[in-house]
Amino acid sequence: MKKLLSFVLFFLVGSTLYAGGYRVSIQGQKQLAMGHTGVAVISSAESVFFNPASISFLDGKMNFSLGVSGIIAETRFENKDFGDVNSTESGLATPFNFYATYKANDWLSFGLGVYTPYGSSVEWEKDWSGSHLVNDIDLKAIFVQPTVAVKISDKLSIGGGPIYVNGSVNFNKNLNRSLVDLNGNRTNVTVEQKGISAWGYTLGVMIKPIEKLNIGFNYRSKVTMQAEEGDADFENVPGSLPNNLSDGKFDADLPLPAEVTVGLSYEFCDKFLFAFDYNFAQWSEYEALVVEFDNDAGVSTSPRNYKDAETFRFGLQYEATKKVTVRTGVYFDQSPVQDGYFAPETPRNDSVGYTAGLSFKVNDKLSIDASFLYLHFDEIDNSYDHYQEGGQNVPFGGTYKSSVIAPGLGLSYKL
Amino acid sequence: MKNIKYIAIIALGLVACEPELDNSVEDAGFYSAGTADFSNFVSVGNSLTAGYADGALYLEGQKYSYPNILADRFSHAGGGNFTQPLVNDNFGGLTLGGTQITDNRFVLSGDPLALSILPGTPTTEVSNILAGPFNNVSAPSAKSFHLLSNSYGDVSGVALGTANPYFARFASSSSATMLGDAVAQDPTFFSLWIGNNDILSFATSGGVGVDQLGNSTNLSLYGPNDITDPALFHGTYDAILSGLTANGAKGVVMNLPSVTSIPYFTTVPYAPLSPADPDFGPQIPTLNGIFGQLNGVYAFLGVPERSIVFSETSASAVVIIDEDLVDLSAQITAVFLGSPAFVPFVESLGLPAAAAPLVANLLGTTYGQSRQANANDLLVLPSSSIIGTVNSTVAAALEAQGLPAAMAAQFAAEGVTLPLEDKWVLTETEVTMVANAQTAYNNSISMLAAANDDVILVDVKSSLEQLANAGLSSNGVTITDEYATGGGFSLDGVHPTARGYAFIANIVLKRINTEFGASIPVTNTGNYPTVYID
Repeated sequence: MKKLLSFVLFFLVGSTLYAGGYRVSIQGQKQLAMGHTGVAVISSAESVFFNPASISFLDGKMNFSLGVSGIIAETRFENKDFGDVNSTESGLATPFNFYATYKANDWLSFGLGVYTPYGSSVEWEKDWSGSHLVNDIDLKAIFVQPTVAVKISDKLSIGGGPIYVNGSVNFNKNLNRSLVDLNGNRTNVTVEQKGISAWGYTLGVMIKPIEKLNIGFNYRSKVTMQAEEGDADFENVPGSLPNNLSDGKFDADLPLPAEVTVGLSYEFCDKFLFAFDYNFAQWSEYEALVVEFDNDAGVSTSPRNYKDAETFRFGLQYEATKKVTVRTGVYFDQSPVQDGYFAPETPRNDSVGYTAGLSFKVNDKLSIDASFLYLHFDEIDNSYDHYQEGGQNVPFGGTYKSSVIAPGLGLSYKL
Repeated sequence: MKNIKYIAIIALGLVACEPELDNSVEDAGFYSAGTADFSNFVSVGNSLTAGYADGALYLEGQKYSYPNILADRFSHAGGGNFTQPLVNDNFGGLTLGGTQITDNRFVLSGDPLALSILPGTPTTEVSNILAGPFNNVSAPSAKSFHLLSNSYGDVSGVALGTANPYFARFASSSSATMLGDAVAQDPTFFSLWIGNNDILSFATSGGVGVDQLGNSTNLSLYGPNDITDPALFHGTYDAILSGLTANGAKGVVMNLPSVTSIPYFTTVPYAPLSPADPDFGPQIPTLNGIFGQLNGVYAFLGVPERSIVFSETSASAVVIIDEDLVDLSAQITAVFLGSPAFVPFVESLGLPAAAAPLVANLLGTTYGQSRQANANDLLVLPSSSIIGTVNSTVAAALEAQGLPAAMAAQFAAEGVTLPLEDKWVLTETEVTMVANAQTAYNNSISMLAAANDDVILVDVKSSLEQLANAGLSSNGVTITDEYATGGGFSLDGVHPTARGYAFIANIVLKRINTEFGASIPVTNTGNYPTVYID
């Protein structure tokens, strides 16, 4: 167990990028392999996340799932008018998840989930052509979710629990497009705050109307990450600049939007399981990134104007042998980013996720789960038109192309 | 086991995750050089080519020299490496034998922000000769004929004023010429912007030099602030262009902007003396009383246009020396001395009657060649710091002649009671001399460029006129010729800012794209800095 803990802690360092704004849809290796469906799938402790109600129907007294993925993401940016070519640094980000369930009696189950559904880690080349919007950003949020589920009947269960969120933000950008010190070093600001706490909750309903068919519903509440009195560090500020840009504090809010998922799963031909999830995320909450500084930088408002976004997920599972179960899936992920609001801090357009994976049963209790995600983005010509200099909008745009792969590995244990 | 897995994951990521665009700007042929060949680009010129700004040549300025910006753009279409004779630091001053010989750069500093010279010890030693060749063959203050001079790069001539410290730093030998060092690199493409100093040094000095119009042969008579004879310019330019195109290189030549397009000559108004100024306004009646006597003499001598009157309601023109006026010193003195009203006037100033000859002489010598400025006179930028101040040298001299200290100071107020010296003003006549030479040079440049199919003319003159009249805009920024705040000109008021140079580079690029059938991306002017704050 100690070893397990250190393994988890190791991967706390980075949880990251991709899937709708700064949402990262990698909350379980088994379910990811099935297109990240799962609101109506009863399979493992991963259900703590996908639908807390369904843990009532799990086999076994106790279930554990542990998983981690390595996200390798890169975005390329080109601007034909100016010949700009830029890429994000492709670091390895590692969203992880840990779930446990415990069946207290026939109708009452408890669960615990620790996972990282939000995050963004984008690092452009320092002082690149969009550096007045972002040089690099690192958002992290770890969700801890105690869960209780009540089986009302053999056909109906409800579940839910509070969510405690602990997050951090680190964001660096240049102050504008051209301000430098005497030696040409760009004037920039880093805002940083760690240990931001917030609360939310999740509720789920699981219905088994007929044999082999499950219908699930899950609601996850909005969580607002509030940075208060974070550190604002201004660098390369010309000393005689009339504006006071000394280091100080900042306040900012970042919404992690509410989302609703409904779906079904259906077993057929004995060994097959089909799952479908429809997901609706209330991204329209994210109207603007407002950062309030306590010096002359004042209030920096960057309109975001996100729209609500839908995701359609399809997954298939096949028990190939007694030892091996294979999975695959596809999902269509709508970007919440609207035209003209395409900011390089979340260079996100619509994407299609292709997933695959397998579980290998070591014995009756333990299985190893592997998953693989390839997220396909078409290249897109888009711009962020709401950056202002001297009272006028100065668009920044070009052609973006992102590419994401995320291989993952997990363990499931059943008692 | 886990380690192996993760190594595998990382390796997989590295091969699988490089996003590529269908039609990338890095694809061969995305941009085209057209009929030009940028593989060896050489740029020849003066301070404007060197990247000089803020009154000095410093590293940041060189980074944003217009040919360096061009070379970066050319790299999208087969352009090669572009080297520059970089200075050592961002102070900008030069030393010769350890002694500083040029000033550091101007910056804005203090509260409120004011112009100042950046303090610090510069480290660019002229006698440390750099090993070239350098693609940027340019030297601040070079005139057209300097490009052909074989003594211009001799470091031993720098102290004597016969060589240029900037060129001496990187000349290939002590007898190298700038043109020779450029041609020896066998350029495939060149840019040439020369001739500005053939008029500009005369203009910035307020016209203290001589117009060498008609002297196309005897260079030994040319002083540093003289206007080059247009015939000499024509022959010189022809020789330079012939040299640069001898091996079939294509190139661009840039013509010469007007002095009225640059803030050095347009910032200080000819009528800056405001009656609202507490140091000046209350004295206007007294001043007009004294000048009333002088104006009577001017009228008597038949030159009433020289009258000096300060308005109590609106800003008045400064008083200037105009070299082109007939010197009436002796006549003025004589008329005063012959006037029965003069002794009472001298006594009304609180001076003894015996001082009358002294005062008459003083008035004669001071106002013998003076007049108030008009809208066609251009006051140079540095005059802003002396107008209205007491010239202590003159005041001391007056005191030595017997005037009381307070009165000596009153008669030594620059531009008010003491006419501004020639160097502070480019008078109407001098402006015309400069404009005539400029027109002649530009005609030569146009004619010589038109005669060679490989050479295109870039009309920088018109672009800078537009900049001065309406401003130039692109990529969310507008630059104007407003001093310090306009964004187009650096703090010396003559040379562009980095952003100004970027605009110029884009103007050149657009011409290259049109005339050579190239498709080279322009640069994003909004990303370039303007004036620097300490």
